[in-house]
Amino acid sequence: MATMESIALSTQQVDGDKMIVNMGPTHPSTHGTLRIVLELQGEFVTRATPEIGYLHRGVEKLGENLSYHQFVTLTDRLNYCSSIMNNVGYSHAVEKLLGIEAAIPERAKVIRVLVSELARIADHIVCVGINAVDLGAFTAFLYLFRQRETVYDLFEMAAGQRLHTSFTRVGGLFRDLPDDFFPLAERFLEECLPVIDELEGLLTRNPIWHDRTKGIGALSPEDAISWGYTGPCLRACGVPQDLRKSQPYLGYDQYDFDIPVGTTGDVFDRYLVRVEEMRQSLRIVRQALDKLREIGPGPIIVDDYKVALPPKEKVYTRMESLIHHFKLIMHGMEMPVGEIYSATEAANGELGFYIVSDGGKSPYRIRVRPPCLPIFSSFDQKVRGRLIADAVSELGAMNIIAGELDR
Amino acid sequence: MIERIEEQLPGAITDHHAFRGDVTIVVTKEKFLDVVGLIFKDGYQMLVDITAVDWLERQMDGRPLRFDVVYHWLNLTSQERLRIKVPVADGETVPSLANPDLPHPFKTADWFEREVFDLFGIPFEGHPNMVRLLTWQDFPGHALRKDFPLDGGDPFCMADSTAPYAQHNPTTNP
Repeated sequence: MATMESIALSTQQVDGDKMIVNMGPTHPSTHGTLRIVLELQGEFVTRATPEIGYLHRGVEKLGENLSYHQFVTLTDRLNYCSSIMNNVGYSHAVEKLLGIEAAIPERAKVIRVLVSELARIADHIVCVGINAVDLGAFTAFLYLFRQRETVYDLFEMAAGQRLHTSFTRVGGLFRDLPDDFFPLAERFLEECLPVIDELEGLLTRNPIWHDRTKGIGALSPEDAISWGYTGPCLRACGVPQDLRKSQPYLGYDQYDFDIPVGTTGDVFDRYLVRVEEMRQSLRIVRQALDKLREIGPGPIIVDDYKVALPPKEKVYTRMESLIHHFKLIMHGMEMPVGEIYSATEAANGELGFYIVSDGGKSPYRIRVRPPCLPIFSSFDQKVRGRLIADAVSELGAMNIIAGELDR
Repeated sequence: MIERIEEQLPGAITDHHAFRGDVTIVVTKEKFLDVVGLIFKDGYQMLVDITAVDWLERQMDGRPLRFDVVYHWLNLTSQERLRIKVPVADGETVPSLANPDLPHPFKTADWFEREVFDLFGIPFEGHPNMVRLLTWQDFPGHALRKDFPLDGGDPFCMADSTAPYAQHNPTTNP
């Protein structure tokens, strides 16, 4: 029988001084179930092998067996820190497939932009706050998370749920914003900006924060494109690519905002880009709220009962509406045959949906292009030759959300 | 773009269509790397996504070309997108874009191709590390194939598994 000593000895003979350490699947800094096998030489990482799939639920397989409307709830569970943006992205994709983008009411578009930007702020708060906690800066996290609670209160008012919002429907939204949404949103706008300034006061010129973040995970723009980077991670490398500007959707071209761009792509640059994006998102929220007041009350879903369910009072009182309701639930929408790829700028980067329709009730194939899978695939290259502590810093700044990574 | 490819590589494009503004070209497996080299020079430098579609019973030109491997490209300068589809039969390989011997290997293809291999069972030729990505190494079958049951078949997916824990599982080994 092998003794502990003999096992230890044989491992040492094979690997030299190398030590194998499992980071995850339940390590506090992995934020979700992902596992990284680190090969260490002393404190230095010689190789990192990410093992993903612990949260693989087969979302794409399920989507092939659910109707287009039912899939909305599954998109909540992709990036669960900003689920409303996934709802928006998915509904936008189905609308592109149906060819009804022009028919979406203006009010629905503005509300979608409004909640998307709120979600972007909440997502960046999680990313920056948790990254700071991992590196020992607890105060920034506490300040930020109070604002995140307000965002989730707003979501609860809008959708009835904090996290799994399922707010959008194909063709619009499932309900309008309630009246008490607006005073709280105004208050949030007032309170959030000073907190972002406070966060910058705590971190941006903090020498410890510089030591832990500067120069870690730097990447050239060419490499970032080759790795398939999108979102804040790509912009931190100096590539000004933002789908909201470059391929405007939902009328983003009517809003006034800037795209922050970094230079080196290290953890510090990604932090700066995210903080500035929060400020820009606040600007968009301000404009969206003004726009909503301008537009006034109106429809929030397309007036086509072959796509969207008729209102309940009509279903209960009119025969035609009841038939429409029944047809839509039992047979689904009349889908064209074809394939589309639709991408939106989610908090992590380009969230794409590739839908192949054979005209049936459910998609023949639905593919979710998660922004953080290509980003995470570069993890090994970025942490090789660095300290374990740098790996933690790098992992936090990549903003890996396991729900979206594994689908 | 399509004319340019047809001019330089006659016969490479077997079909093309546009739907809702998305341009799709269908390319033969043999000419795929040449086409990629051409569009790379033309600015389609960002490989956004690799996936596949399973057309279980499909016959093309008398061959059972069951799968479409689907590539999405983005031209960062002009912001145009291009979709390339490569039809392959079951068990056939596709040239890997992560192959380090290529003049311009796409690093992002590494994991995307592993995912396609995992969920569809399409192997990529020249891939540096062709192992499953999302499911475990002993997983029976490929989950996104159309003939893979939605509930996973047996409850623990371990009937044919060679993993040591499967041998001791009373539910799968009566």
